[in-house]
This record gives sequence, C-alpha cells and structure tokens, in this order.
Amino acid sequence: MSGVREVEAVFREERGRLLAALVRRFGDLDLAEEVTSDAIEAALRHWPVEGVPPKPGAWLMTTARRKAVDRLRRDQAFAARLAILQVEAERAAPAPPADAEGGELPDERLQLFFTCAHPALPAEDRGALTLRCLAGLTTPEVARAYLVPVQTMAKRIVRAKKKIREARIPFRVPGADELPERLPGVLQVIYSIFTEGYAASSGPDLQRLDLAEEAIRLARILRRLLPAEREVAGLLALMLLVHARRDARTGPDGEPVLLDEQDRGRWDRDLIEEGSALVVTALSGGPPGVYGVQAAIAALHDEAADLATTDWPQVVALYDVLLALDPSPVVALNRAAAVAMRDGPETGLALLDELAGEPRLRGYHPYLVARADLLHRLGRLPEAAAAYRAALEVAGSEPERAHLRRRLASVEET
Amino acid sequence: MMLINAATTDEQDDPCTVEDWMAYDKAVREAGIWVSGESLADLVTATTVQVDRDGRRTVTDGPYAETREVLGGFYVIDVPDLDVALDWAARCPGARGGGSVVVRPVADFSA
Repeated sequence: MSGVREVEAVFREERGRLLAALVRRFGDLDLAEEVTSDAIEAALRHWPVEGVPPKPGAWLMTTARRKAVDRLRRDQAFAARLAILQVEAERAAPAPPADAEGGELPDERLQLFFTCAHPALPAEDRGALTLRCLAGLTTPEVARAYLVPVQTMAKRIVRAKKKIREARIPFRVPGADELPERLPGVLQVIYSIFTEGYAASSGPDLQRLDLAEEAIRLARILRRLLPAEREVAGLLALMLLVHARRDARTGPDGEPVLLDEQDRGRWDRDLIEEGSALVVTALSGGPPGVYGVQAAIAALHDEAADLATTDWPQVVALYDVLLALDPSPVVALNRAAAVAMRDGPETGLALLDELAGEPRLRGYHPYLVARADLLHRLGRLPEAAAAYRAALEVAGSEPERAHLRRRLASVEET
Repeated sequence: MMLINAATTDEQDDPCTVEDWMAYDKAVREAGIWVSGESLADLVTATTVQVDRDGRRTVTDGPYAETREVLGGFYVIDVPDLDVALDWAARCPGARGGGSVVVRPVADFSA
C-alpha cells in the first residue's frame, strides 16, 4: 500500500501542473480535470508494468491530450466550442506548444492560481478551488479540510466551476500593471488556508497540520513561479516561521501552550533558518509589504532565547510599520500586546481599552483573551475572571476552551 | 451585459456629468465592442408585474425606492472574458458616486 501512496504523492504534484496546462489548452476546467484523472489512472496501470517513461510529465500530457480529443470527438457541442476557443486563443497570443519534443513542460500553474483566486468568485470558494486544482486534493479531502459534508463541498466546487465557465473568468496571469491589485488575493487564499490550519476555527483539534503544510507547499510553488515578488517571499517566510513552533504550541492533551511557556528546544531550527533568510529577501530593495513585516516580527520571536530577551522595542516598531500599511483593529490589538511586553501590562491595557469600541473586535476571541490576560497580570482578579468568562462565551476550538476554563479557575481560586 | 444601477441621489458625492456619459459611450463604440444598449427613462415610469401560482397578476408601481439601487440602463458589449468586461464596467460613469455596474454574460443557447 505504501508504494501506491508514494506514487500518489508524486501525482499530487504532477496533477496541478498537468491540469493547468490542459486548462490553458482547452479552456475548460471540467474537461481538464477529467482527462487529468484519466491520464493518471493510465499511468498507474502502465508504469508498474512497463516502467516509468523517461519524461513522465510529457507522457502524462500526451495521454491526457489524446483522451481530451477522444472526448471532444464524441461531444459535438464541445467540439464546436473548442474551435471557437482555439481561434480566440490564437488571436490573443500564440500559445507555445505544451508538449514540444525534448523540451520541459511549461509550468502554467500561475494562471490557475489567479483563476482560483479571482475576485468574481465567492471568497469561501477560492480556498476550496485552490486546494482542489493546485494542491491536488480530492473533493472529499477538501470537504474534510473545511469540515463540511462532502455533498456540500461538491456542490460548492461545481458552482465555482460553473461561474468560471459561464462568466468567462479567464485563465491568465494578470499583466504587470494589474499584479499589485490581483496578487494580494492569491496570497490571501493561501494564507487563509494556513490560518485555518494554524488555529482551527472550530472542531476537536487546535492545529490542522495537514492544512498548514498544504498552504506552505502552495506558497513554495508560487515562489518558484514568481521569484521576483517580495510579498510571495514574505508570505512563505511568515508561514515557515510560525509553522516552526508547531510542536511546542500544544501540550500532551492537545491544549494550547502560550509563547512564554513553550519549550523553545522543540522549535524547528531548519524552518526558522529558511524563514529568516526569506525575510531578508522580502524586506530588501523596496518598501515593505504586510507579509514581509509580519514575517520579520515572527523572526524576532523565533530567534529570541525567551520572552524576556525578545527584542520588544523592535517588535513594537515593526507593528508601527504594519499599522501604517494595514490600519486594522486586529493589527492595533497585536501592537497593544507587544507594547504591554515593552512597557508593562498597564500601558497595554490602556491601549486595549481604547480599542473597545471597534465593531470588528466585539466578540473577537483573541481580543477578549488578551484583555483577560493583562487584567490577570495586573492582579485585578475579579475583572480578569469576568473577562475570561466573556471570552468563553465566544466559541473557539475545544482545546482552546479547556485552556481558558483552567485559567478562569486559577483566577477564581486565588 | 452591463446593468447600470443608479445610486439614490443623496449619495452622489462624485456626480457624473452628461459629458462623462457621452465620452464613455464614444469609447465603447470606437473600441468596436458595442452590441446594443439603452438608457432607461426615469424611475417613476417603472412598473412591476408578478404572476402568482394561480395565474393572478399583481401590478405595482415598483421598483421600490427602498431597494435603493434601480436599473438606469444597460450596455451589451462583445469582449473575450470577464476581466476585459470588468475593465469596461469600471470605466462606466454609472459605476461611480455610489452606483454600481453588474456584469453578466448573455446566455448562449447555440451549443
């Protein structure tokens, strides 16, 4: 069985590349998906018997293309559409032959990234489609990732593909002038997959490591495709530096372990090194972006020996930069927490109370927890208890709630 | 098809002039993408008809002002994909000053 698994892991990587090339060629996501699966099935039948061909990618492409032509011949309506699509494609730009003899397959996954993250698609469908088309997850796997029934996810994916087809969302990389407007959407999709993995919004587990790792894998692909975009480097750096702490973030019972109590010996040094190097790339040669700055903050945490020797003035300074780029109450909240570390809990609490009127923070779990913790540190125990109770009223993952209940109990005892 | 939804008058902080519309109309025609289009008469002339399950007609003087956005006109243009259509919609004066332009493909029954 493990042999099949290994082969499947290889195909997961090949699948996105093949799919993107076929979508570009035939302009139809459904057809491309069907023949991609057909080609991989054929490979699973033939390769164990005949051996893996010298150019596996080209073999898969040729097989998939033949299957597509077969299907199109059977389907006259499709054939008519294909003719129109090809005329349009030739008029727009002559496509390079996807399977030119001897050459490597061109990587057309970038187009697919921008299609899956197109602003005309509902935000909730973008992540699902990206996991399906680019990470190569099956529909049941995507459904599990978002904790929804398979039927629901299947309907959402069908709906999204229908919108792409009928609204004619193009398969293309936006031009240089549009990139600053469109790239953040792609990065947002990847980061939202990661954050769902980092702190599950509900369910039995605090972290969903599979999701976090898929997001990192997607960011690595994107970085290879857009090596000059510093925010892509910034996003990858941020995720690596946060993911480096994964093993220390949960205790033996799956409960969250806060930064000051984490065993820093269990942080992943290789990821920290890789992430820190990427931060330098992300912040060099131009004005910083939001992901680069957040990655720099994460790097300061990861490189410190403990909470006390963390360079808090530098962290606060970076939050000031971030707040200028993204003046959101959530950034202001995190800045206040850093100020509390630099200047003491009283100053931090004053900043938090200034934010109390923000509609986006009302009922926002991390805000309520941060406030409770600062009251706790100031020894204002009855107020801290009330604040923990308020935080518990807002749903979180089960381990997080258990952790809060323990903190509440410790405040009530003393 | 680009459906132009006008904003309620009090929200127009960036009012578009007749000249803006004329310039836009000229641009659409000169780009060779114009198929058809109409500007609709004033909202007070609108009438809504609904037929219920028993086949009874209900005629009202809608669309109601409460829906805030009312159809002001439309363009049908011929462009290759959604991104190009959105570029043209963004240039439309009706998209400014609290108005919006809805882009929808025309259904293709030929396939």
